[in-house]
Amino acid sequence: MADIPEHILRRSAEARAKAEGRSVEEVLAELKGEQPAPPAESPVASSQSPEPAAPSGEASKIPEALLRRTAEARAKKEGRSVDEVMAELTGQAPAAPAAAAPAPAAAAAPAASGPVRDLDAEAEKYGVPSDLLQRAMIARARKDGKPIPQIAGQAAPPPAAAAPAAAAAAAPAVAAVPEGVRTQRLLTVVKAGAIQQVKAEPTDKVNVWPHLLAIEFVALMACTAFLIVFSTFVDAPLLEFANFNEQPNPSKAPWYFLGLQELLSYFDPQVAGVLLPGFGLGGLAIIPYIDRNPSVRPSDRKLAIMIFTFFVMSAGILTIFGSFFRGPGFNFTFPWVDGLFFDF
Amino acid sequence: MANGNGNGVGQRLAESVERVRSSQAWSSIFRPGSPFRAGYSDSPRNRSYVIMNNVLYHLHPVKVKRHGVRLSYTLCLGGLSFFLFILLTITGIFLMFYYRPTSPQAYQDIAALATDVAFGQLIRNMHRWGAHAMVLTVFLHMARVFYHGAYKPPREFNWVVGIILLLLTLLLSFTGYLLPWDQLALWAVTVGSNMGAYSPVIGDQVSFALIGGVQITADTLLRWYVLHVLFLPFIIVVFMAVHFWRVRKDGGISGPL
Repeated sequence: MADIPEHILRRSAEARAKAEGRSVEEVLAELKGEQPAPPAESPVASSQSPEPAAPSGEASKIPEALLRRTAEARAKKEGRSVDEVMAELTGQAPAAPAAAAPAPAAAAAPAASGPVRDLDAEAEKYGVPSDLLQRAMIARARKDGKPIPQIAGQAAPPPAAAAPAAAAAAAPAVAAVPEGVRTQRLLTVVKAGAIQQVKAEPTDKVNVWPHLLAIEFVALMACTAFLIVFSTFVDAPLLEFANFNEQPNPSKAPWYFLGLQELLSYFDPQVAGVLLPGFGLGGLAIIPYIDRNPSVRPSDRKLAIMIFTFFVMSAGILTIFGSFFRGPGFNFTFPWVDGLFFDF
Repeated sequence: MANGNGNGVGQRLAESVERVRSSQAWSSIFRPGSPFRAGYSDSPRNRSYVIMNNVLYHLHPVKVKRHGVRLSYTLCLGGLSFFLFILLTITGIFLMFYYRPTSPQAYQDIAALATDVAFGQLIRNMHRWGAHAMVLTVFLHMARVFYHGAYKPPREFNWVVGIILLLLTLLLSFTGYLLPWDQLALWAVTVGSNMGAYSPVIGDQVSFALIGGVQITADTLLRWYVLHVLFLPFIIVVFMAVHFWRVRKDGGISGPL
């Protein structure tokens, strides 16, 4: 707090004072931390406060999502639990240094959320009115025939730890529901929020027309032009009429199979001609199911890149070898010594 | 616009162009948003219509991520593969008019392209070099996709489709290799298809089905011709359709690195 420049604090205080009809000085003092926020008079009092509306009055003006994000960031930084920080932010629990006050509750549930089961915080979190939560809690206690304090912790989903204080708050409400009056039953507590994530990620997009189509058009024209010019000057090969009785030496497969043909001179044909290409294609196809690393950053996927590059380079080298360095009888040759034995 | 009396040729031309562009026939051909339609203006709405209202362009989304437009991201390799396929289809249909897949005629027809057919040799060259180029671009496209990690969820299956397309491209090229029916074709295909015979267990059957007999003959020529001009293009078009569709459905071009 102390790091925030004075004038910004003041502006903030003025705005808040105006909104809440309080004096600027009062709010300013509160912002600076010189004076506790109104609801949190003392840590103990606030943690046991049965009043549901008072604590969150001010904080609830800040959107829940923002508060939660802040709480998460702060919790991460300070190594505390999110709910604890959240409760503190909403003014329902004492600030961290004063953690000694609610010690008993905290000790009872050290790993769990705040020291106190705060129906208001929960209500805000799950988007269910706190009175409904309270009623559900009481109803369940009644049904089980247990005293309310014991089951206070079970009434709602996990983050809430057992807290006698909240139960104390709930106690008066038992009488508030008259016997024999048909009331709505709380069947379940559904977390507020849509089934689908509708939050659209803001992405930097451009219109396909003209930005992409123009580029594609140029690429297509360039490709066509290159092909026409190349075809004008370089003729496709056409040797003599096919003759079954005269096998040229060497006879080579089309260039994209020459890597395989090269492998044939090292391994058994069943290995080089069928198994290796089969495993090659199969291996390529299942890459996405093997590589479970979600990152696409090259620095995160050094192993994957290394392995893929190794195989691509191997295939390339084998193909170049088979194309240019194999002569009659598919024996090794230097193209600059014996000439090329290669046709497209 | 004046009534045209005593005006220059330029203005008359402009007038008649305007008249044609606002005619019913013209606007029935060019859908709203077409830059050729009368009254086209460069607005965001029309920029969307250009894509949405055109049968070819609507392969594309209306908008793409800005980084995807950079040439250095995709190098246009997938698009060029597709474009080369189209070029090969066009030149291939041209060649089909002059080609008979029977034993002596096949070779004679190919040889005649150079002498008897206008632009015959050029088209054959384009078909051949285009085919080699397509094998290359498809392969490079695959490498590009790998290095960008663009096969990762949710795009896993589209990568698999891509591998099938690579295989089909190789098969298309390989079946076309035999068709000139010269020494190069015959023996390259002999070497290549001999590998199929080494398949475990079903090797002989694979070889028999592939070349239509125990050795390459004129029957093989017809078989591979049909595979080359009909069967494989049909299959590859189906897989290309799935491939392009999945690109869109999986969220467009993969994210920036």
